[in-house]
Amino acid sequence: MSESPTIIYCHCAYARVIPAEVKNDVLDTLSESNQAFEAVSDLCEMSARKDPRLKELAAHPQLRIAACYPRAVKWLFASGDADLAEDAKVINMREDSAENICQALLEAE
Amino acid sequence: MSVLTHTKLRILLFEGEGSLPLQNRSAILRALLEKGYNVSRVTTGSSPNPEAIQGPILVLGAFKDAPPSESTDDSGKINVYFRDIQGKNGDAIIDLVEGTRDGAAIPKPGGWKPWFPVIDYDRCTDCMQCLSFCLFDVYGVDDKGSIVVQNQDNCKTDCPACSRVCPDVAIMFPKYRHGPMNGAEVKPEDVQREAMKIDISALLGGDIYSALRNRSAKARSRFSKERDDERALKERKKCLNKLKDTLDIPMEVLGALPSLDQIKQRAEEAKLRAEKAIQEQNKDS
Ligand code: SF4
Ligand code: SF4
Repeated sequence: MSESPTIIYCHCAYARVIPAEVKNDVLDTLSESNQAFEAVSDLCEMSARKDPRLKELAAHPQLRIAACYPRAVKWLFASGDADLAEDAKVINMREDSAENICQALLEAE
Repeated sequence: MSVLTHTKLRILLFEGEGSLPLQNRSAILRALLEKGYNVSRVTTGSSPNPEAIQGPILVLGAFKDAPPSESTDDSGKINVYFRDIQGKNGDAIIDLVEGTRDGAAIPKPGGWKPWFPVIDYDRCTDCMQCLSFCLFDVYGVDDKGSIVVQNQDNCKTDCPACSRVCPDVAIMFPKYRHGPMNGAEVKPEDVQREAMKIDISALLGGDIYSALRNRSAKARSRFSKERDDERALKERKKCLNKLKDTLDIPMEVLGALPSLDQIKQRAEEAKLRAEKAIQEQNKDS
């Protein structure tokens, strides 16, 4: 398993709660970087399905997750039987600017 | 098959060894995500975890040498599909993906807006109010007697009503517009505000379902005497509007509530389940 941070980007595909320009800017910046990342269509759906992939992702060290409120994301993972590690960092695309989000996702440790 | 149990096709957007960089990867990713697919972007130097390479997986890339179109696992079952997307735009790639998914008899992703309550167990006190309130079997109790969300897809889309009956502001709907129900931090004034909402519903007659029941029953007896259908309709609308505004329940949900007898029966069943769970908790403590 790689020891570098794993980035998860949530596209929140079934709702319009994340400003479209933030979502698109973050996805564009991640795509333009040379960084591997996991783009998921909708973390809520994965949680409801108890998608086994959620557990695999939660097991990665140093997770950086671009989604919504950290409290919601923490308990969405938990309800998908995939507890997040203490060092997982959740970045809130509902509130933060695309610039800050990308910086937090891509910054070197 | 329930949308929550079917297999999902996972996609690797491959730009590693043996492939060319993709020009339009952001547009490709967006198109796939919008259709409900999860995509791992793989770059040179990154390699997907071995445990993650479990089918069914579709690898998309601009390959330098044509790869085999499929590979099989030890049992001979196809678990990885390869498709060359060199020069293709988003729509053509979606067609390719959908064709591969159909051919592999994997269900189409999406089709359900993931709207359901998520419990913040740092706040929940296991009081079972939500269990006794919900008429649609969304909540249940686990083998330790704690509240759980058990039937997410029974929840009524865009209806956040149960979060309003939680005295501890522990129920979130991550796709809700407003905080703290959307997962924003809970402030002391939120707890007070949410408590006020419960008082309002108490004023209406206990809970919204009994309110609905009582108001409609009252209206029925009055109007059966008066035989005034128009006024009955007006009264019902007034009652529903009040509930809609107080608890932010969408009109479609109120309109789709079961008959009054069914509501009564389900409310009693839910209440009994909650009482039983609380008795179990008391026994254990
Ligand atoms: S986790 Fe947040 S950002 Fe992701 S799908 Fe759910 S509500 Fe949307
Ligand atoms: S109403 Fe709130 S505190 Fe009570 S069991 Fe449900 S989530 Fe927990």
